[in-house]
Amino acid sequence: MESSKVIHAFYTDDEVLLDAVKTVKAAHHHIEEVFCPFPVHGLDKAMGLAPTRLAITAFLYGIIGLAFAIWMTNYMMIDDWPQDIGGKPSFSWVENMPAFVPIMFELTVFFAAHLMVITFYMRSRIWPFKDAENPDPRTTDDHFLMEIPVHNNEAELTSLLSETGAVEINVVDKH
Amino acid sequence: MYQFSGRLKTFSLALIVLGFVGLAYSFYNGSQKTLEDAKHAIEAASNDAHGGGHGEAATPHAAEASHDSHAVKTDKEAHAAMIHASEDKDTSHGDAHASSEAHGTSHDDEHATHVLHQLQNRPWSAFYVALFFSLGLTLLVLTFYAIQRVAQVGWSVVILRVMEAITANLLPVSIIMILVLAASVMHINHLFPWMAEGVFDPESDKYDAIIDGKSIWMNATGFMLRSIAYLVIWNVYRFLIRKGSIKEDTANDGNKTYKKNYNMSVIFLFLFMITESMMSWDWIMGLDPHWFSTLFGWYVLATLLVSALTVIAFVTIYLRSKNALPGINDSHIHDLAKFMFGFSVFWTYLWFAQFMLIWYADIPEETTYFVARFTEYKLPFLGMVVMNFVFPILLLINSDFKSRPWFVFIGGTVILLGHYVDVFVMVMPSTVGAQWSFGIPELSAIFFFIGLFIYTTFSAFAKANPITKGNPFLKESEHFHYYNIEHKGEGSGDHH
Repeated sequence: MESSKVIHAFYTDDEVLLDAVKTVKAAHHHIEEVFCPFPVHGLDKAMGLAPTRLAITAFLYGIIGLAFAIWMTNYMMIDDWPQDIGGKPSFSWVENMPAFVPIMFELTVFFAAHLMVITFYMRSRIWPFKDAENPDPRTTDDHFLMEIPVHNNEAELTSLLSETGAVEINVVDKH
Repeated sequence: MYQFSGRLKTFSLALIVLGFVGLAYSFYNGSQKTLEDAKHAIEAASNDAHGGGHGEAATPHAAEASHDSHAVKTDKEAHAAMIHASEDKDTSHGDAHASSEAHGTSHDDEHATHVLHQLQNRPWSAFYVALFFSLGLTLLVLTFYAIQRVAQVGWSVVILRVMEAITANLLPVSIIMILVLAASVMHINHLFPWMAEGVFDPESDKYDAIIDGKSIWMNATGFMLRSIAYLVIWNVYRFLIRKGSIKEDTANDGNKTYKKNYNMSVIFLFLFMITESMMSWDWIMGLDPHWFSTLFGWYVLATLLVSALTVIAFVTIYLRSKNALPGINDSHIHDLAKFMFGFSVFWTYLWFAQFMLIWYADIPEETTYFVARFTEYKLPFLGMVVMNFVFPILLLINSDFKSRPWFVFIGGTVILLGHYVDVFVMVMPSTVGAQWSFGIPELSAIFFFIGLFIYTTFSAFAKANPITKGNPFLKESEHFHYYNIEHKGEGSGDHH
């Protein structure tokens, strides 16, 4: 099938790659994916990707962690087994609040960090024992790979890409 | 080259004159206070206490240095009042009231004298708060500047001259500081209780064994010598680095001047860390001579540092709006706002660390500090946590907001006000106790130092090239672009 064909263009420099992405976007071609050995700043904007919403989820997870910590300290130290904290037997959560601040802080960070990582994995469709999706192992070393779907325009794309400084251009069938 | 506009100059001079007149009035007013006024104030306070407050009658004693056993006793009671405030207001109030009555009539006169000193202290304290805040944040601007040089920071090179200009404020405020401290030593004011007569004399009824035990550090000669030493060290560095920095512009000597400036800054930072801690013990902790906290130097540092960064951001935004800063872009503002955000959190961390340890351990000689603040100063003491932590966190957490001058301005205003309140609450409870309020003395002092700040800063900025041309990292700073934000008037295509 023609539509499952893609072009793989390889680059060896992130600046060259970034300029290539801009050139390809300027020629109104859709870029399916770019594989990089390390994060390239500005690549998402050059590819026209929507801004990440991960920060918003992190904020929400932090609030959940804070709420959980408040509930937990209240249940453990006040409700279930009332404790005399620091010689101040008030048995009130609010009056013992300073003692709980480190817990609230830690659980806020714990929830935000762990849930954000899990969200990131789920959103990126990565989980343990999953086979790698990258089409060429060199993208984990020193090569950058741009993947563009082919729609009967193989020759045009190839000539465009070779002008952008690609070191290797392959047309492959995507299974 | 920037021109110090006539309008701004007039404005700053008007602030100085206005502040000066207000201060003159306040000092005259303070010197006219008599024992009758003090007794009147005590009466008013005890009426207040009957009206539903708690422990108010007891706390002026807590701040009083020369009645130690008594102070500790009332501290415990006042502390009990703090813990049970919500449950049994009536009982704790009764206790506190009883203890102040138990000391009889001869004590009443002494107490009245003490309150009189507090009343006379008010203009001095108001002036001292604004003076210390102005001196401290100018000093921290100088330190932040030294850090830029030592770390060979790239991004901030285009605003180095802004920081340099602000440090011009250091010399005048240092001179005023010396005068105020000399006045304290000469008993013209009663800011520092340990300077009172008889405190070190075992024969005197004002003898204070605890302060006497600290006399190696707490003595007038040492205090004055140290204070002068701190100020001289800071001012010498400021003088030399300003000269070196201007020389750097035209030096063209293979970065030899640049390296010399680097070396000077390293030495300054080393001396700064020592003198800053000692300065906070002498000038702030010395107001409460019985009390001590090991992280106080850090806490004061955090307060002044976040204020210093806010002031740098303000002056930068102002000069940028006047097109006086070539090479500056949104990313520089964004970085300054990140520092404001980060150090607000740092301040909260230190503020809370100090509070929590003392709260948890609950040792009377340590809790005095917070008892005085929880009873007399509850609103400013807790309000500043909201202003210095909650508000900046919520406003500046958003990456986009940090590069918008308007948001930085709102956030920064609240941060500066909050940290003024912070210094206010550090100083006032020990010097004026229950006799505090916010009025002409405080406002005049603020006006005076803002006027002085504007005058010195902008006239210094007009005297040198707005950019440190000889700095090897100038290009890096001009091209600085934080990847996550878009500069105003630029499309995404202009990235990189």
